[in-house]
Amino acid sequence: MTRKQIVLGAYFPGVNHDTVWSDPASGSHIAWESFEQWARTAERGGLDLLFLAEGLRLRTRGGEIFDQDVVGRPDTFTVLAALAAVTEHIGLAGTINSTYNEPYELARKFATLDILSGGRAAWNVVTSSDAPTGENFRRGAYLGHHQRYERAGETLAAVRALWDSWGSGAVVADQASGEFLSDARVGDFALSGNQFDIAGRFSTPRSPQGHPVILQAGESPAGRDFAAANADAIFSRYQRFDEARAFYDDVKARVRRAGRDPHEVRILPSAGVVLGDTDAEARERHEHIHDLQVDPWTSIVLAEMVWNRDLSSYDPDGPLPDVDPTPEAPRWIEGRAPLTQDPHATAAAWREIAAANGFSLRETVKHVFDRAVFVGTPEHVADEIDRYVQSDASDGFILGSHVTPSGLDEIVERVVPILQERGVFRTGYDGGTLRENLGLAPPARFGERRNSGRRAAVAS
Amino acid sequence: MSAPDTSVPPASPLHLAVAFDGTGWHPAAWREPGTRPGELFTARHWVQLARTAERGLLDLITIEDGLGLQSGDHLAEPERRTDRVQGRLDASLVAAFLAPLTSRIGLVPTVTTTHTEPFHVASALATLDHDSHGRAGWRVQTSVRADEAAHFGRRQIPAVGRSELDTPRGRALVAELFGEAAEVVDTVRRLWDSWEDGAEIRDALTGRFVDRDRLHTVDVEAAHFAVRGPSIVPRPPQGQPLVASLSHGYEPSLLAARVGDVVFTTPHDADDAARVVDQVRTAERAAGRTAPPLRILADLVVVLAGTEAGARDRLARLDARDPLSSDALVVATTPAGLADRLLDWRAAGLDGYRLRPAVLPTDLDAIVDGLVPELQRRGAFRTGYAETGLRERFGLPRPTSRYAPRSGSATVPALLPGLAPVPAPTTTGSPA
Ligand SMILES: Cc1cc2nc3c(=O)[nH]c(=O)nc-3n(C[C@H](O)[C@H](O)[C@H](O)COP(=O)(O)O)c2cc1C
Repeated sequence: MTRKQIVLGAYFPGVNHDTVWSDPASGSHIAWESFEQWARTAERGGLDLLFLAEGLRLRTRGGEIFDQDVVGRPDTFTVLAALAAVTEHIGLAGTINSTYNEPYELARKFATLDILSGGRAAWNVVTSSDAPTGENFRRGAYLGHHQRYERAGETLAAVRALWDSWGSGAVVADQASGEFLSDARVGDFALSGNQFDIAGRFSTPRSPQGHPVILQAGESPAGRDFAAANADAIFSRYQRFDEARAFYDDVKARVRRAGRDPHEVRILPSAGVVLGDTDAEARERHEHIHDLQVDPWTSIVLAEMVWNRDLSSYDPDGPLPDVDPTPEAPRWIEGRAPLTQDPHATAAAWREIAAANGFSLRETVKHVFDRAVFVGTPEHVADEIDRYVQSDASDGFILGSHVTPSGLDEIVERVVPILQERGVFRTGYDGGTLRENLGLAPPARFGERRNSGRRAAVAS
Repeated sequence: MSAPDTSVPPASPLHLAVAFDGTGWHPAAWREPGTRPGELFTARHWVQLARTAERGLLDLITIEDGLGLQSGDHLAEPERRTDRVQGRLDASLVAAFLAPLTSRIGLVPTVTTTHTEPFHVASALATLDHDSHGRAGWRVQTSVRADEAAHFGRRQIPAVGRSELDTPRGRALVAELFGEAAEVVDTVRRLWDSWEDGAEIRDALTGRFVDRDRLHTVDVEAAHFAVRGPSIVPRPPQGQPLVASLSHGYEPSLLAARVGDVVFTTPHDADDAARVVDQVRTAERAAGRTAPPLRILADLVVVLAGTEAGARDRLARLDARDPLSSDALVVATTPAGLADRLLDWRAAGLDGYRLRPAVLPTDLDAIVDGLVPELQRRGAFRTGYAETGLRERFGLPRPTSRYAPRSGSATVPALLPGLAPVPAPTTTGSPA
């Protein structure tokens, strides 16, 4: 029986509440040493890719900078280029939004990263969700949701056209004949749409992957359709098995409707991992960590993300707020991706959970945010990861832990070897590009229909 | 080892930077034996160059860049030629890649101010400074080309040829772009300051990771951009990475005087060097500069060989193939001859030089293995790296965040003078 090969990535524990910075083992989230250690660990484990999230404004709550979680992060492109120098095989995935960047620069930077890394670059295209981020950029004004995806589509099309504007043989560099470029039209492009009217010549040669791998993280119908049409992989937040399956089915159906082979698109939920020598020990450890992650104040803040209003007068140990969410109000918490597409439905679901279990506000929030984590012995966690993948609830995971950067160590040392023994995860890199390691087809040139002549990502 | 040459008066050692562009600054460089033009767009090319420069104890490397293909004339669209090096990697990412592979040398990518986002520029350079432990710099550059503006499609820049620079139209464009560059640099510096030192407190007792009172918005509203801040990147190790720009005339000198730490200039002889230094100091006074004086480095394109004749022959051979036209003086000589000139011109008040190797790696190797030992013998160049930080190497203090509270002052002091228009002196030099 053939079994799907699991895709594994690692996210850098950063500015989310699941990072427990007060843990004595927690290092700097800015210092280069943290990134280097994290990357070397991931590569030692044979992971497919390193993943960096993005946030272009500091988080605020009621207009004040949020000071309780990790605040600040380094520039994604810069860190990934530096990591390219100290790793050899692992993919380098950066979340970079399409709303506050221009195609010419995006195409150059990803092509450069792909060249410097020997074909390991990946771009997680996000549109960014909050207006005040625009206050940091020339574009300034905020684009509505529809326009942001229109811009994402046009940006990606433009970037692909730029990547394709240098053929793989464009640089001849023949000292004897004196021909440096094969053709005087190398780099020519002209694109116009609702968002862009740009023309000229692109200035960076074609990179090893041609097109760096495209990831997407977004979950609205527009986001899912954009991913179905464009992405090689999707970073999702759906980890609970039935939700993950539903998301998987929905997106793969959209991929089919977009005229692509569903196997071309990997779906990769994020997942935290807590290990123990016994299941009981792991659960106890998890309970302790989770208590720190969702402390009383954080439970209020997470509820505020759904309710979109100040809930500081509510008791974390009391019942859920007796008021309704106000999604139409100005955003109470800025700089963080929304937790839900439908706050009223989410609030109703939380009330049901609270009523059914007799939970307080904090207990409810802890319950809801508990689903992100694989907890157990290494065998159990490996079983779970494998089960999700073999039952098409995901194609793999982007893993993380609550400690920066050493939390990845035990995942790589204890879980990965079990997956390798089972033959569902690579035991070494074959030396190819990220695209090849993920079993993705070479990119079709811009404007051509993408074919589905991919290599099968299955092992017998 | 020979004793130091006592005929040279003891002076602070020269600063020596090297400027990398493609396979070297000569357009025919890529045809030379010893170059590897096929490897230009590889990591290996850059690592080898940077490691050689670091072996030579040089202050810093600059990496050229632009938002369009190279052109023979900085102001003009590229010609559709297939016989010259065309194409570049993003300089700031090349510098980032080199950071963990080097340990002491300064890394100074060229980053354009005209179409880029100041917020992204500030983040990228602050991160380069974090990743390199305080070795980051920025070679500030404006983009005057109409074709580069069309790559972004959000703003039109009129095509202005070199001969039109001294017309009202040309002067207006230059003033606009350099004025904007000053605003961009000032904004970026504000973003670097927007986290005070020590803002990350990790106070487990109160549960606060940062002290939000030590984070500040910058609230810049300029003609072409607006930035609110604070930065997303904590204050970099140097406080502010080193800011450098190239000047050929008054307007660019003024940019450097307003917002720079180091200025690269292009004198053509010793007298010219004195005139250029004077122009820079005049610009500093006009700009009301309160920061430490600009460090002035003179740019020279260098072609080096074992004998004077050999160097001249090399240059002639290169020029015969594709003549070099250069803003900076082209010097074809021996390492000892070059050392003579560097020490001679220094009397004009230069702090050092940025050498542009005509051919890479050939002329870089000659700098590191010929010129550097020669200068060391004369006691004019360091024999080891003392400092790690780049500002420190230039004797520049680490700036205090302008937002940090100072006793007795409630207002936010500007590190740099305001950006009100500064009258130009009667003689204008040619910019760009
Ligand atoms: C799992 C996941 C991770 C995300 N990570 C980021 C991120 O790192 N930075 C960011 O700006 N947005 C992030 N987003 C949000 C995206 O910006 C997304 O484009 C935005 O929510 C709007 O799209 P949507 O309405 O389709 O979700 C993430 C979203 C999801 C679901």
